[in-house]
Amino acid sequence: MSGGEVKMLEGAENEESVREKLMYMLTHWFGPILGLLAIWLFFAVTAGWEFIGVSNQQLILLQTVVVATAAVGATMIIVSGGIDLSIGASIALTTMTVAWLLDKGAPPIVAFIGGILTGMLVGLTIGSLVAGYIGRVVSVSAALIILVVVKDTTLGWAGAAIIAAVAFTVLLFVGEKYVKRVPISSFIVTLGLWGALRGVSKWVGGNEPIFPDERGWVGDLMTGTPIGNSGWSLPAAGVWIMIASAVVMVFILSYTRFGRHVFAIGSNEKTAILCGINIRRSQVCLYTLAIAFGGLAGILQFSFLSIGDPTTADGYELQVIAAVVIGGASLLGGEGSVLGTIVGALIMTVVANGCTKLGLENYVQQIVTGAIIVAAVALEQWRHGAKIAR
Amino acid sequence: MSSQETLRMRVNGACKSFGPTVALDQVDLDLREGEVHAVIGENGAGKSTLMKALSGAHELDAGQMWLDGSEYHPANPQAGRAAGVSMIYQELSLAQHLSVKENILLGVEPTWHGLMKWKEVRQRAAETLAGVGRPDIPLDAPVNELSNAEQQLVEIARSLATGCRVLVLDEPTSSLTQSDTEKLFALIRRLKGQGVSILYISHFLEEVQAVCDRFTVLRDGASVGGGIVAETSTDQIVAMMVGRDVEEMYPKSEHVAEEVMLSVSDLHGEEDMPHDASFELHRGEVVGIAGVIGAGRTEMLRSIFSLDEVESGEVKVGAYVGPASPSMRWLQGMGMVSEDRKREGLAVGLSIADNVVMSRMDNLGPMGLVTRGGLQSACTPWIEKIPIKCSSAFAKVDSLSGGNQQKVALARLLHSDVDVLLLDEPTRGIDVGSKAAIYKMIDELARGEYGDSSKKRAVVIVSSYLPELLGICDRIGVMCRGKLGTVRPANETDEQQIMREATGTGDEV
Repeated sequence: MSGGEVKMLEGAENEESVREKLMYMLTHWFGPILGLLAIWLFFAVTAGWEFIGVSNQQLILLQTVVVATAAVGATMIIVSGGIDLSIGASIALTTMTVAWLLDKGAPPIVAFIGGILTGMLVGLTIGSLVAGYIGRVVSVSAALIILVVVKDTTLGWAGAAIIAAVAFTVLLFVGEKYVKRVPISSFIVTLGLWGALRGVSKWVGGNEPIFPDERGWVGDLMTGTPIGNSGWSLPAAGVWIMIASAVVMVFILSYTRFGRHVFAIGSNEKTAILCGINIRRSQVCLYTLAIAFGGLAGILQFSFLSIGDPTTADGYELQVIAAVVIGGASLLGGEGSVLGTIVGALIMTVVANGCTKLGLENYVQQIVTGAIIVAAVALEQWRHGAKIAR
Repeated sequence: MSSQETLRMRVNGACKSFGPTVALDQVDLDLREGEVHAVIGENGAGKSTLMKALSGAHELDAGQMWLDGSEYHPANPQAGRAAGVSMIYQELSLAQHLSVKENILLGVEPTWHGLMKWKEVRQRAAETLAGVGRPDIPLDAPVNELSNAEQQLVEIARSLATGCRVLVLDEPTSSLTQSDTEKLFALIRRLKGQGVSILYISHFLEEVQAVCDRFTVLRDGASVGGGIVAETSTDQIVAMMVGRDVEEMYPKSEHVAEEVMLSVSDLHGEEDMPHDASFELHRGEVVGIAGVIGAGRTEMLRSIFSLDEVESGEVKVGAYVGPASPSMRWLQGMGMVSEDRKREGLAVGLSIADNVVMSRMDNLGPMGLVTRGGLQSACTPWIEKIPIKCSSAFAKVDSLSGGNQQKVALARLLHSDVDVLLLDEPTRGIDVGSKAAIYKMIDELARGEYGDSSKKRAVVIVSSYLPELLGICDRIGVMCRGKLGTVRPANETDEQQIMREATGTGDEV
C-alpha cells in the first residue's frame, strides 16, 4: 500500500489492533513526515531567517529535485525486491546524451526525449538481465559494438550491417537454444553497470564533458520564473516535474494491475508465480519504466549543470536508496511509499542545507545523514520485530 | 525385557506442548545398547518432536530421560551431541563448500594454539571413513561434489568422530536409491556390531522389517505400543498406527460425477517425481491423493499446474492439451492452493484483498484500473461467505490466524471462479473449526451449492491425514515413491489398506 492511502480501518476488534494500526501509520507515513518537520523546526530555530526564508526553501526544493525524481523510480524497483546501484551512472550518461544531441543541433524536445529513452534503454538492459534474458542482451550489444567498430573500416556501413546481423542471429540462436535463462540478481547486474555506464558516458564525449552552445528550454528547467519585480519567483519547472513524477508513480503502483503485480513480486515471488503472474515480463517492464524516471532526473541534472558531465552524480545511487529507505520501504521488497520517498529525499537536503546555514563543517552533515538512515531503518526493524514477538 | 539389561537410553512420560497443541503426551521409549529401534507413526504423530527433544532442540514440559543410567537433559543440540546423541535429519546439515575432512571434524578440529593440525585432521578423517566402510571417499573433495548417499555417509562419519553412542536416523532412505539403501543397511548393522544404538524413524515398514530389532509406535503424541519386529506382523503394526475413531466432522453427501474435467495420463515429472501417474477427475467429484511426505504428491500437483516441468505424459484440462504455464492454467479454470502457505501460498506482507485478487485482476475499477472500492467489493462477499475473520479486506495476511490465512488462499480460487481446485494439504496446521469449514466448503463446491453459483466443481486434495481423505473424498489414489497407484472409490478402501500401499507393503508396489 502506498503510505498516502492508509486510513483508519473500520471495525477495529480490540485495543491491540488499534495500536497496531497507529503504529503502521506512524512508521509508514507520519513517521517520515514528523521526522522532516522536527528536523526543519530544529534548523528554523537554530539558524533563523537565513534558513526559513522563501528563497532558501526554494533552494532546498531545487537541491532535492534530481535525487527525488530518480528515487521515485527506484521506489518501484525496491518495492519489487530489487535494487539499482547504477542510477548515478545512468544520470551521468543521460546528461551526456542530452548534451550530445543539443551539440549536434537537435531541438530541445528531441534532446528531452533522447534523455528519457537513454534511461529506458538502461532499464531495459537491467530488466532483461535480471529476468534472465542474457542471450538477448549479449546478441544485441554484440551487434551494436560490431556495427560501431566495423563501419569505420573499408567494409563501410553495408559490410558492418551484414556482419552485425549475422553475429546477432548466431548469438541469439545459441543463447535461446543452449543458455536459456540465467536470472542474475539486480545487485550484481547494477554493480556491473555502475562502472560500465560511467565508461559509456566517457566514450560518448570522447573522455571530455560536452558543452552545448544552444540549450533551449532544456537548459532552463531548474530556473524559477520571477514574478514581476517582486523579487519572488515561481518554483522551477524541475520541481513540478518531480511532483508530477511522484503522482504518476503513486498512480501506477496503487491503481494499475501492473503496479499490484510489482508489490506481489516483491512481497513473495513464489506466490506471484503460483498466481500466474509473468514475473519475467514484469521485471523487464518495471526496470524500463523505473529508470525512465532516472532519465528524467538526468535531464534535470543536465539543466542544473548546463553541460554533459560523465563524472557527475557520483554517489547519487546511495542517496537515492537512502531516500527510499527513509521513506519507509523495505529492502526485502513488498513495501514502499512514493510520498515517503519524496519526504526521505527532502530530509537529506534539509539536513545538508541546514548544516551549511549553521556554518557547520561538511563532516557534521555526513554524520547526521548517516545517523538518520540507520535510525529510520531501525524504526522499521523495530516495527517488524514487535510484530514477530507478538 | 529383563531388568538387569543395561539400557542405553530411557524416556519416561515425555510430554511437550506448543501453545494449545499437544505434540507429545506421555511417551515411553527404551533403547538398548547395540540395538536398532524403529520409531513408527503417521505424519504428525509426534516422531519429529520426540527426536528433537532427544537431541536437545526442544525442552520437555514433563518426563525424564536417562542416558547410560544418568539423567539426560540436554539444553541444546550441542549439549546433546557432546553427551553422545547425534541426529541425522532428512535435510543434511553439512557445510557444502568445505571439504569432506573438514566436515567430519567440524567443531572438534585438532589444533595447536589455534592453528589447524592438517596432518592429524587427514588421519582422523580417514580413520573415521574407514570405520564406516567407505575409505574411498576423497578427503579433499568439497561435499557438494558428492552424491546424496555419500553426503549422508559423511554426516554419519561426523557423528562417529564426535563419539556418538546414540544415532538418530530420520527417514534416512528418503533420498537414496535402492542400492544405496542396501549399503546403508549394511552400515547400520556394522555400527550396531560396534555397540552404537540407533533410533530408526521411517514410514516404510518393509525397511523396519529389514533392519530393525524392536519398534515403538507413536500415535497422536503418545506411545501406543511396541515390541520385537520379528514377532509382529505388518498388519498388527498398521493397526497400532491407525487405530482411532473416525471423527464426525466430515459431510458425507452424494456427489454426482459428470464430464471429465482433468485427465492425466502417464505423467512423468522432473527426477521421476511423479512417474506413471494417470487419473481422471470429473465435474462434481472430490479425488484424494494419499501417501507419505516425499512420495511425490506435491510434485504431481505442481506438474499438473505447470509449476514444475512435465518430462513426458499428458495433462488435459477441459479441452486443453499441450504446453502450459500457471497463468494459462488459471485461464483454463484451474487453481491451486500451495502446501507451503507462508512461503508460497500467500504474500503474507500484503493485504487480504491483494492476495485474493492476485490471480485475477479484472473488474476492479474503471478502465482496468485497480481501485480500493473495487478491491473491497470483490473481496467482501468472500470474507462474509467463507467466513474469514478479519478487521477489513485490507488487513495484512500475517495478522490472521493460520486457519483464516488458509481461507484467504481458498478465496483466491473462488474469486477466480475456477472449475478445478488443486488443494495441497489444505488443512495442515489449522484449527479444528477452520478444518470443518473447509470440509463443508469442498463438499458444497462439488455439489454446486456453494454461494450463488450452481456450477459443480472438481477437487483434487492431497493430504497426509487419512481420516480426512476417507471422510470427504469420492475416490482415493495412493502415491508411493513417485508412483500413483489405482484411484479407487473411497468406500472400497480403508486406512489400513492405504497405509500398506503408502508404506510400500501393499500389493501394488
